[in-house]
Amino acid sequence: MTQAAAPIATDKAVATSGLRRAGQFLMALPLSGMIGLGIVVFWLLTAVFGPMLAPYAPGAIVASDVFDPFSARNLLGSDYLGRDVLSRLLHGARYTVGLAFAAALLASITGTGLALTAAVSGRWIDEVMSRMMDALISIPSKIFALVMVAAFGSSVPLLLLIAAITYVPGAYRIARSLAVNLNQMEYVQVAVARGEGRVYISCAEVLPNMIHPMLTDFGMRFVFAVLLLSGMSFLGLGVQPPDADLGSLVRENISGLGEGAPALIMPAIAIATLTVGVNLFIDSLSRSRRTMGEV
Amino acid sequence: MKTTLVLIARRLGTAVVTLLLVSVVVFTISSLLPGDAAEETLGRNATPEAVAALRTKLGLDQPAHLRYLHWLGGLLSGNPGQSMANNLPVKDVIASRLPKSLLLAGLTTIVSVPLALLIGILSAMYRGSMLDRVLSLVTLSMVAVPEFLVATVAVLVFAVNLRWLPALTIVPENATLGEFLSAYAMPVMTLCFVIVAQMARMTRAAMIDQIGQPYVEMAILKGVRPARAVLTHVLPNAVGPIVNAVALSLSYLLGGAIIVETIFNYPGIASLMVDAVTSRDMPLLQACAMIFCLAYLLLVLVADICAILGNPRLRNQ
Repeated sequence: MTQAAAPIATDKAVATSGLRRAGQFLMALPLSGMIGLGIVVFWLLTAVFGPMLAPYAPGAIVASDVFDPFSARNLLGSDYLGRDVLSRLLHGARYTVGLAFAAALLASITGTGLALTAAVSGRWIDEVMSRMMDALISIPSKIFALVMVAAFGSSVPLLLLIAAITYVPGAYRIARSLAVNLNQMEYVQVAVARGEGRVYISCAEVLPNMIHPMLTDFGMRFVFAVLLLSGMSFLGLGVQPPDADLGSLVRENISGLGEGAPALIMPAIAIATLTVGVNLFIDSLSRSRRTMGEV
Repeated sequence: MKTTLVLIARRLGTAVVTLLLVSVVVFTISSLLPGDAAEETLGRNATPEAVAALRTKLGLDQPAHLRYLHWLGGLLSGNPGQSMANNLPVKDVIASRLPKSLLLAGLTTIVSVPLALLIGILSAMYRGSMLDRVLSLVTLSMVAVPEFLVATVAVLVFAVNLRWLPALTIVPENATLGEFLSAYAMPVMTLCFVIVAQMARMTRAAMIDQIGQPYVEMAILKGVRPARAVLTHVLPNAVGPIVNAVALSLSYLLGGAIIVETIFNYPGIASLMVDAVTSRDMPLLQACAMIFCLAYLLLVLVADICAILGNPRLRNQ
């Protein structure tokens, strides 16, 4: 009996210590960080479950009038065609959060992978790769997106690709400087002296020590991607109808500006809370590493 | 001095190489079109002979690297081709729009730089105080707000509700100073919003970096008042990093201008570029893209050179 019970007890102990650690982490956050974390969690849940909670289909015309104010039937009013704003917002959030998340993830993983390769490879590969990244980083993100959309026409996979490519160089730069510094550490030198292979050194010695800063960087990439993608949609060059992300919702309801319609204001506020929330959370995580520009 | 010059020369060289690489990227993407300009211009019903003839005329039958060199030569000699949408030389179309964008950028710079420096220096001087914490929270949030939200709210408040300012930026021919200012108030305000926040945060960081140095502690220890220590001891040494921060933040103008010019219907080069995307006017688009990349590279170059010049270790060599 005691033998059978022991592993369960340790499991429980691990779980509680994990919980306690999470609790300590939460308590250590400043107020702004907690608010930020709350907003981030809220939007992640909305992106996952939002479409299931939507009271109407996003394309259904349900209100008798356009640009209705808040009402019991349409909680956030109706849009320029008389569709339910809340339902469209819940569907749109999935595009905005999902696309930006996927793009940031792709950019961070690719950037880190390339940086690790550059750091352990010879000087030549490092030099060539860094020059290429310098060139890519010198094309402002919106300009790059405009050229890509002009060449290939806008589509969701292309937008994902654009946002991912745009933010690879920034992730690469940070990851490379981290990797180069880590390579000088004694424990890596010991691993080299032991005769470990490059792949082992990259993955087992260097990578685990880069994860924290790279996660913070991932959050910044996410914010940039949200701003870029919703900006493109706002220009009418992003997600195309009938699909709509939050930026498209602002664009299509811009004629409600004169009336101050919730159909216009709500999606705009949604984007702002999302990006500000992530920013607050990340900032409270790393007070030392400031956002030094959109790289 | 010699080391500084060598560093700057090397930095200039890198900038030229980067610009060339950028032009390769821009050209490659924009000529990967499934169809080409000849088919686009003549429409679907054109005979193959007509398409072939136009292709020869536009030089599209040549291999890609020759077309690239031709295009690059055109750019360098100031003649980047014909606009496909209205058949005017790209040079003329851009020449009519570029000064307007530069004016907008100039006004934004004049407003944003002093404001940002004031916020940045104040919060660095009173680091950790309530003022600093509030300013830091405000600027942190401002950085993350999309330009189109700021512009929409600004229009809603100042044009729709208060009726103080016009919603579109149209400046009459002989505008008085008042008309001029009220026309530009909202676009400039929108552009400043994000840039001021960015610049103030970077200025604060640059100042705090200097305040931590031993020479400041020395000055304080010998009895210099804090305000004087910051203004006469720290500030001169922080000029390099601050100008660096200002130049980097101004590069945000480029992205912001695209949204702002579109919203306020401002006839600048950014809205021209958006139009070029919608009409798939590739020669115009390529030229606009290169102008933006050049502007960005110049700002980063200025930032880097200021960082080199501002490094006291290099100054006296």
